[in-house]
Amino acid sequence: MKNKVYPTWFAGGALLLFGVFVLLPSVLGLVYSFTDWNAYSDDIHWVGLDNFATVLDPNGDYVSAMQHTVLFTIATTILKTAIALGLAILLTSGVKRLSYLYRALIYLPAVLPILVVGIVFRSILDPEYGLLNSTLQLIGLGGLAQQWLTDVGLTLWAVIGVDTWRGVGYIMVILIAGLLSIPREYYEAASIDGASGLQVFWYVTLPLLKPVLAVTTVLNVLYGLRVFDMVFVLTNGQYGTSTVYTMVFDNFSRGLYGVATALSTLFFLVMVALGYVVIRVMRRGEVA
Amino acid sequence: MHPIRAFRATVLNVSASGASLIALAPIYIVFVNALKTQPEASSMGVELPVNPQWGNFGTVIDQGKLVTAFFNSMLYSFGGTVLAVLLSALAAYVLARHRTKRNQIIYLLLIMGIAVPTNFVTLMKVMQITHLINSQIGMVLLYAATQIPFSVFLIYAFLDSVPKELDEAAFIDGCSPIRTFISIILPMLTPVLVTCGILSILNIWNEFLMPLYFLNSTDSWPMTLAIYNFFGQYQSDWSLVSADVVLTILPVILIYVVAQRWILSGVSAGAVKG
Repeated sequence: MKNKVYPTWFAGGALLLFGVFVLLPSVLGLVYSFTDWNAYSDDIHWVGLDNFATVLDPNGDYVSAMQHTVLFTIATTILKTAIALGLAILLTSGVKRLSYLYRALIYLPAVLPILVVGIVFRSILDPEYGLLNSTLQLIGLGGLAQQWLTDVGLTLWAVIGVDTWRGVGYIMVILIAGLLSIPREYYEAASIDGASGLQVFWYVTLPLLKPVLAVTTVLNVLYGLRVFDMVFVLTNGQYGTSTVYTMVFDNFSRGLYGVATALSTLFFLVMVALGYVVIRVMRRGEVA
Repeated sequence: MHPIRAFRATVLNVSASGASLIALAPIYIVFVNALKTQPEASSMGVELPVNPQWGNFGTVIDQGKLVTAFFNSMLYSFGGTVLAVLLSALAAYVLARHRTKRNQIIYLLLIMGIAVPTNFVTLMKVMQITHLINSQIGMVLLYAATQIPFSVFLIYAFLDSVPKELDEAAFIDGCSPIRTFISIILPMLTPVLVTCGILSILNIWNEFLMPLYFLNSTDSWPMTLAIYNFFGQYQSDWSLVSADVVLTILPVILIYVVAQRWILSGVSAGAVKG
């Protein structure tokens, strides 16, 4: 009877689109990674592991792009989590009035197109006219003014900073929901036992928030590894800010499809492994 | 009476408003500079414009081809969203209700899409083979595909709260599966469909990579690509760039103001159950 009530073809449309636009390219990626496919010739030849050797050359640009991507991911994950957690606690237990308004305002940057955020920060971070340097000078900290978007050692950190500004509200909203789902009795019990604020945070809030922190960490990591728009518009991957996706786009626009595919495929395999972890975490969240 | 408590409350309120101010400042800057003249806006300062240049918007709409871009963005966001939400609801319904081994695998496969990255290079190949490259219909289908995994995930979880007895009763009364789905299940799903719909519209509206890879005709560019191109041409004219930014984010901000409760709850519903 179940097959009659719930016909499997209901899932057909979603599966078809998903299959054609997500699965098929991934499968093709496995094949084309081993070829010299490019924009300049119609013949495609097998080249074995050549593309992977190029991509994994320890002195090559690709490995440094991977390093930037990992650094970006770790830094944004830590910064967003720490700041968002502070704000979430502030807005759930510190501030009583207007807390909903604050939450809505701090989330606002997260709904804007990343591209547009990047454009606006191109102006704010301009070394000569930009608001950041002129504000620093105004408050007497002119010595801290920097070439934010061209100094090789600094630029990746500037990108990390802008991305943290943009993404922190998103993580905060999730953490607020997590904090509000902690039963009040735990806090009452802790206060009867005379726990200090720090002890409450360490022994009550943090352990009970762990499943939600796991989810936000996964979201931050997935976003960080895939970062493209922000880097593309702020620096176009120059000055030590190239990432996996800017390198894929770079090779794509130069017509080097084989290399671009190999890089994508490698990245895909890493993400599938991570995706497996995501599903485990999310399913655990579903049971709880 | 309680000077320490009063002091503490003040510090906390100042921190919260400070954080809100930092979140708002760049958006404020864009809005004031959109109304300045080019020399006035060159430093993107916080001052109000001396003489509001409303004409900037007209110039930008004209030069930046924003009318076409706006309707393209509308087509992609709404077309992609309607398709994605409808197909996701259908899929989530059978997958959640009829949990056979095969259906569980299909469900896991679909939501894997939340995590795995798109291979844009071979996707281009697929778009060529299917004749969907440089096509607006292709864009709608592609965008729908990108929104399916998360929508399936949210709707699947929501279905736990819709009693199964409803569909069984409808079946016994002789309703066809599709009729049951349309007249009984869909109305019960309204809250989650609205959430999915709004999140999906915003995602597609803000997206930039797909058109960058797959659309070469300016006539089919959405707002994001149009503004990127405009920025490339008018980089030194921050008043016009700001005006373009304002027009691009205005629809997003409007949707956010109207629908923020759904957005904020939808964002956390994905991560926190209960």
